[in-house]
Amino acid sequence: MSSLLRREWQVALRAKGAIINPVAFLLLSTTLFVIAAPDTVSSDAAAGILWTLVLLTQLLALDAMYRRDFDSGVLEQTLVSAQVPFVAVLTRIFMQWLSTGFIMVAVGPALGILLGLPAEATPAIALAMLLGTPALSLLGSIGASVTVGFSRGGVILALLVMPLFLPTLIFGAGLVAAAEAGSSVMPQVYALSLISLVALAIAPFATLAGLKISLEMQ
Amino acid sequence: MLSASLKRLWHKLGSPRWFFALTESWVKVAGWSALVLLVWGTIWGLGFAPADYQQGNSFRIMYVHVPAAMLAQSLYIGMGVAGFIGLVWRMKLTDVAISACLPLGMVITALALFSGSVWGRPTWGSWWEWDGRTVSTLVLFFLYVGIYALREAIADQELRARASALIAMVGTINIPIIKYSVEWWNTLHQPASFGLTQKPAMPSEMWLPLLVMVLGFYAFAGFIVLVRMRTEILNRELGARWVRDWVQVRSER
Repeated sequence: MSSLLRREWQVALRAKGAIINPVAFLLLSTTLFVIAAPDTVSSDAAAGILWTLVLLTQLLALDAMYRRDFDSGVLEQTLVSAQVPFVAVLTRIFMQWLSTGFIMVAVGPALGILLGLPAEATPAIALAMLLGTPALSLLGSIGASVTVGFSRGGVILALLVMPLFLPTLIFGAGLVAAAEAGSSVMPQVYALSLISLVALAIAPFATLAGLKISLEMQ
Repeated sequence: MLSASLKRLWHKLGSPRWFFALTESWVKVAGWSALVLLVWGTIWGLGFAPADYQQGNSFRIMYVHVPAAMLAQSLYIGMGVAGFIGLVWRMKLTDVAISACLPLGMVITALALFSGSVWGRPTWGSWWEWDGRTVSTLVLFFLYVGIYALREAIADQELRARASALIAMVGTINIPIIKYSVEWWNTLHQPASFGLTQKPAMPSEMWLPLLVMVLGFYAFAGFIVLVRMRTEILNRELGARWVRDWVQVRSER
């Protein structure tokens, strides 16, 4: 377990692009949005836009989730040699979340300010990202595992996981909007936690099955 | 004793040849009952059921829309259950079932969306409203499209079967979460802009034809799925001896 984590950690540190690129993409797309539609700043739509862009960023990052290890054969070796393949998969998902979702916890509030959300809403944005993004990494991992064998899997990956992202989007944006309006955020907190926990229950097994299918496709 | 015979039945069910022989008569039963029920329900619902006191005659679209929406969901859940059985017991037949349900489910979901849109025009005053139920049906359509795209992308039959079974299963687990979250979203954003999403208590002259139509749609789906499954079995077992024998017997008749 610890050696797996250490390896993943070193790979993540050495591939700085994996962390910086999604943040840059998120910043850039937010800027595009504000330039194209200036009225959205400080409007009711800001929370929704923020979450939609986070979702798209996650989608882009997911395409690379298993690709490098798949192409180099590391993935096959890991699954063969790991005592519990389940743990290896879970470690990979956790690291993917650290390099995308966890970063969103820090970057999200800043983007919220750019989009004109009130400063009081920033803790809520961080909370929404913290509770919601694990579900994106977990459910996304299922789609990524099935499509990693395709040379052009991006569109199919999007078709597969976007519908599954919808509940996270609804409650994530809902949490920020509720905080903005000054009402209780607890319903959204419970809902997001539930979604992430359900995703945690199914994703490692489904990912494992998906990776096995993809490895046989080679 | 019982468990042994059940086990044998289970193994037989997995055999395409046995399934093919078994369903020969089922196809006729499903087909004829679909025809009778749909004709009966259509005439009753469109011609004889009383007009709605609020919606007038436009409510009759319900006789197509409601069964289509129900069937759209049932077919997806059916694919999820087939996927689960296929993954756990490695049954060949379940992928045949998925391949049969998929196109029908897509078309029926599109029909549910289209008929709902046609009904929404006179009732809500617009072709499209972002109503909770509409959106969850739309998402269901996307779930179908995802599996369709995935199946198109994988050439190997066995791997295609496993991949689509997996995704159908994951989708089925997520359907209730998507449904309830979308409904929650709807009530938050547009509370009671129209009061018709709540089902009115209908008199029996109105819902009995609906019941007939629902049964008719399910019989129709059973018919189409069986025919498609049998065709697919013939396609996959083309080289098998029993298929050649069957074709011979048929052509001599």
